[in-house]
Amino acid sequence: MPVDQATVRRIAHLARIKLEEAEVPDLAGELNAILAFVEELAGVAVDSVEPMTSVMPMRMKERPDVVTDGGIADEIVANAPAAEDHYFVVPKVVE
Amino acid sequence: MTELTELSLAAARDALAKRSLSAVELAAAHVAAIEAARWLNCFISETPERALAMAEQSDARLRRGEARPLEGIPLGIKDLYCTLGVKTTAGSHILENFVPTYESTVTANLWRDGAVMLGKLNLDEFAMGSSNETSYFGPVLSPWRRRGSNVKLVPGGSSGGSAAAVAARLCYAATATDTGGSIRQPAAFTGTVGVKPTYGRCSRWGIVAFASSLDQAGPIARNVRDAAILLRSMAGHDAKDATCVDRPVPDYAAAVGTSVRGKTIGIPKEYRLDAMPAEIDRLWSEGVAWLKAAGAKIVEISLPHTRYALPAYYIVAPAEASSNLARYDGVRYGLRVPGKDVIDLYEKTRAAGFGKEVRRRIMIGTYVLSAGYYDAYYVRAQKIRTLIKRDFETVFARGVDAILTPATPSAAFGLGEKGSGDPVEMYLNDVFTVTVNMAGLPGIAVPAGISSEGLPLALQLIGRAFDEETLFSLASVIETSAPTITLPPKWWLS
Repeated sequence: MPVDQATVRRIAHLARIKLEEAEVPDLAGELNAILAFVEELAGVAVDSVEPMTSVMPMRMKERPDVVTDGGIADEIVANAPAAEDHYFVVPKVVE
Repeated sequence: MTELTELSLAAARDALAKRSLSAVELAAAHVAAIEAARWLNCFISETPERALAMAEQSDARLRRGEARPLEGIPLGIKDLYCTLGVKTTAGSHILENFVPTYESTVTANLWRDGAVMLGKLNLDEFAMGSSNETSYFGPVLSPWRRRGSNVKLVPGGSSGGSAAAVAARLCYAATATDTGGSIRQPAAFTGTVGVKPTYGRCSRWGIVAFASSLDQAGPIARNVRDAAILLRSMAGHDAKDATCVDRPVPDYAAAVGTSVRGKTIGIPKEYRLDAMPAEIDRLWSEGVAWLKAAGAKIVEISLPHTRYALPAYYIVAPAEASSNLARYDGVRYGLRVPGKDVIDLYEKTRAAGFGKEVRRRIMIGTYVLSAGYYDAYYVRAQKIRTLIKRDFETVFARGVDAILTPATPSAAFGLGEKGSGDPVEMYLNDVFTVTVNMAGLPGIAVPAGISSEGLPLALQLIGRAFDEETLFSLASVIETSAPTITLPPKWWLS
């Protein structure tokens, strides 16, 4: 079992998802089931294989280095749960 | 008026062009059908006023002789496509009240071509699911039922609302998206036609991202020609998506009904699973016979890395999802749950806003990308992806034009029947479709038969990159050779 309960708590924190203590054992079981499912990949010979970076070969496109958008602060904050004077509002982060 | 909803998209377009029907009549008939089918839960948001207003504009255009390719055609839009001023939820609590201030490129293309929006279709949360049961807005019911049974069936997923709405005649066709099978599997379960185009054929801009290297937009329709008509309008270059190709969009509908004589069709032996139901095996053999009778040459092929595709997908897709979904933090848009500091706010917001399956996939993705595991899981999976793509390239280089496989390992199942104990049980639904996303290729699911329980079954055709035309031509052979698949009677009206 690669994922124990301490690992579940650590991953949840990395993923910024709060877990209730009661959820931890079940989640460990589910994550282990998924990891067991992908385990057979460990047996595939991949030493000389390049990892895929682009599924369709294509040249990165260039465009002129100019401003193409902007001046839409109202739209950008339109869906913000808390905004003030075109700023997003969060709890105090600096003491 | 209900018979108007039975027309094909192509027939409705012809009737509009001849002015024997008006766009407002078509929109009104669909609005009424949608209202009468709320039991199926296909739509998250209905937009009847917008539909009628767009239809009036279409009628004005038609009167002036200025009809565009989809003028007056009522469509449903998967609620993963951002629509200007119309709530776009991705099937998630975290985006329950999100109203985009912009329009996705694909939907903008549809409105440019004169289509009419009926509303936003239900889906698995963030397109993560194969049964539409992970939606925050409740499951979609399939319009299909097993013979002599009233057990509620899933429409498949993640584009379950799209597939069910098209099958139930609530719209002529719908947009959908496919990351591991999310267009083709629900199309197979509902007796509709679903197309996953080549990666890069349609712009992803403005579509809520799940796994960016796998996601692709495509149509679900009631027949092959209608799917071809819709794809032509959806596809095309977009400077706002760097992975969207700049190459001309063919007239896909022109490929429907063309000869397949001399085409070479590969039958991959690795898709013959040990536990495959006999009726799926029989369906596959029938498909082979139909294509052979139409003059195609059938060859056995090998795609040796097939069995690794699904496990590799369950590393790549969650990894990309964990990264894409990091943006939902309760600050810039979406749900916010207050916290004692900003980290607490993030954690509480994401715990409350994401459903169980989404949280599970974010956590798997976070794990496989975390220090010490990145090479063992993520890099290895991307190497296996290279091998899967190479398998396809090898057979195409040997002269194979397309590959024929079953679309799904079974017919539709009942609500709550799969995946409640072990998530992997649900994931196995995508065993035949996921290879196509891993390799970026086009695939089409086309109805081909009826199961012993009276449910639709489908075959899948996989093509060369950007050769959707061959798929439309082959799929139309299957469509015309297959027994008539009669859509279900409208039990949901009672």
